[in-house]
Amino acid sequence: MSFLTLENVSHLYFSKQNYTKALSNISFSVKEGEFISILGPSGCGKTTILSVIAGIIQQTKGKVHLKGKPLDQSTMAIGYMLQQDYLFPWKTIIDNVLLGPKITKQNDEELKQKAIDLLETVGLEDVALKYPDSLSGGMRQRVALVRTLITNPEILLLDEPFSALDYMTKLTLEDLVFALLRDYQKTAILVTHDIAEAISMSDRLIIMDTNPGTIAQIIEIPIELRNERPFLVRRHPKYQKIFDKVWHELNKYEQNFDQKGSV
Amino acid sequence: MSTHSDQQLLTNYRANLKKEKRIVVYWQLLILISFFVIWEVTSHYYLIDPLIFSSPSRIIQLLIERFVDGSIFMHVQITLFETILGFVIGTLLGVVFASILWTSIRIAKVLDPYLVILNAMPKVALGPIIIVALGPGYVSIITMGAIISVIITTIVVYSAFNEVDPNFSKVLRSFGATRWQCFKEAIFPATLPTIISTLKVNVGLSWVGVIVGEFLVSKQGLGYLIIYGFQVFDFTLVMSSLLLIAIIAAIMYKLVEKMEKWLIKHTV
Ligand SMILES: Nc1ncnc2c1ncn2[C@@H]1O[C@H](COP(=O)(O)OP(=O)(O)OP(=O)(O)O)[C@@H](O)[C@H]1O
Ligand SMILES: [Mg+2]
Repeated sequence: MSFLTLENVSHLYFSKQNYTKALSNISFSVKEGEFISILGPSGCGKTTILSVIAGIIQQTKGKVHLKGKPLDQSTMAIGYMLQQDYLFPWKTIIDNVLLGPKITKQNDEELKQKAIDLLETVGLEDVALKYPDSLSGGMRQRVALVRTLITNPEILLLDEPFSALDYMTKLTLEDLVFALLRDYQKTAILVTHDIAEAISMSDRLIIMDTNPGTIAQIIEIPIELRNERPFLVRRHPKYQKIFDKVWHELNKYEQNFDQKGSV
Repeated sequence: MSTHSDQQLLTNYRANLKKEKRIVVYWQLLILISFFVIWEVTSHYYLIDPLIFSSPSRIIQLLIERFVDGSIFMHVQITLFETILGFVIGTLLGVVFASILWTSIRIAKVLDPYLVILNAMPKVALGPIIIVALGPGYVSIITMGAIISVIITTIVVYSAFNEVDPNFSKVLRSFGATRWQCFKEAIFPATLPTIISTLKVNVGLSWVGVIVGEFLVSKQGLGYLIIYGFQVFDFTLVMSSLLLIAIIAAIMYKLVEKMEKWLIKHTV
């Protein structure tokens, strides 16, 4: 049984004068413990897909099932990291991180310790009592990642989580998140503009086309690359070939990708 | 070496600031003193009618008398009490109304034209009706102090609620938050600075409502003293009351401003 299935999901955004068809007939499924990346031009509906899965927006058409149950009946914990960090400026870092537990009313010292440990793991020491505006963009993004991880979600939805990071931190965090997900058999969907990141972390890539957003192609990552750490995947002999393939596919669907880069 | 000269620059900068500040204070004092001196002199030599404009010396004399026999305290107290209660109630009710509007977009849409009318209407015109309905006492006056600020607070705070970035609620909802939790964790705290800044506006509005209320009820308070002085043609009393109101209102405004800064620092 698949963990998550989307069946002919379409979504329209309405405004008074007009509508935007953000998604059209999106169908795919994700197995438990699988890591999927979504690549595609800006505005093709990647964020919309994640918001639908997170239950934040209701799709106009189609079905979403989590572990066989329709989304609105599922009680599964979903971790959604938005495209921007959206740390609450009036809360300290530790309170930001503990927001999820607070909402679900589980506040204890143990969690607090876990939060501090996780912050340390992502390279943030002594920030617990600071406020978000005293942190750099990359630091804030890491806090947002910790805020998503702390609730121990069964499925992680990551919307360009590493975009504001310098290259070194990015590689470290990729390895870290990859290891965490593998160890706990967590399922994840990652949205990214970075082909290397997508290949090195995922089991499968979904490449999207725009206007309206559709799935253009699904590419399987060779089994040898799947279990390697992201850092090592980039040096694997098979890496270049798959990179070229993805590059080629993406170029078919997007003209403006190289200008945009990994923003 | 360079840190030494940098330090020197900082010292110069500070000295300049101090000097500038002193000049401003000099001028402020100069204006204040000349105002009272000119008033006194012109009144003394009948250049302005002393019956109408009185004079600083008479005002001070009257104030001293009233302070010594204690009769002024009651009036000051009453007016202060009514104003503070009026603006606190007005602000709180405004926030509560805004929250109710926020719970349902439909309610907000339905009530929108009524809010516009109520806001456009000069609230003090309701004075006579309020006094008939609630009786000629401090309840009516406090109501007038409150009613004058409640609608505008509702409108300002409600639109501030709607301007909060929806993505904060998105984050919360991804954790399964209810609408109430979104309000408590995101909407309200994000709007707190706006709410606090309405306090400062409302304190001024509240004075208007209370003084007009006291004119109408005519029993006690500084507004009553003004209307009483007017009726018996004792303009020294009118001017004294005005002076007291100006001083107390200014002090109150400054205190609210201080409180605002403190609140922003300690809650946001
Ligand atoms: N709240 C909204 N109201 C109206 N239209 C929207 C809204 N959100 C997104 N859209 C539109 O839907 C389409 C898909 O948007 P979406 O944010 O899902 O794209 P994306 O793939 O995440 O893009 P990016 O890579 O730039 O983040 C775009 O054309 C966008 O203009
Ligand atoms: Mg997006």
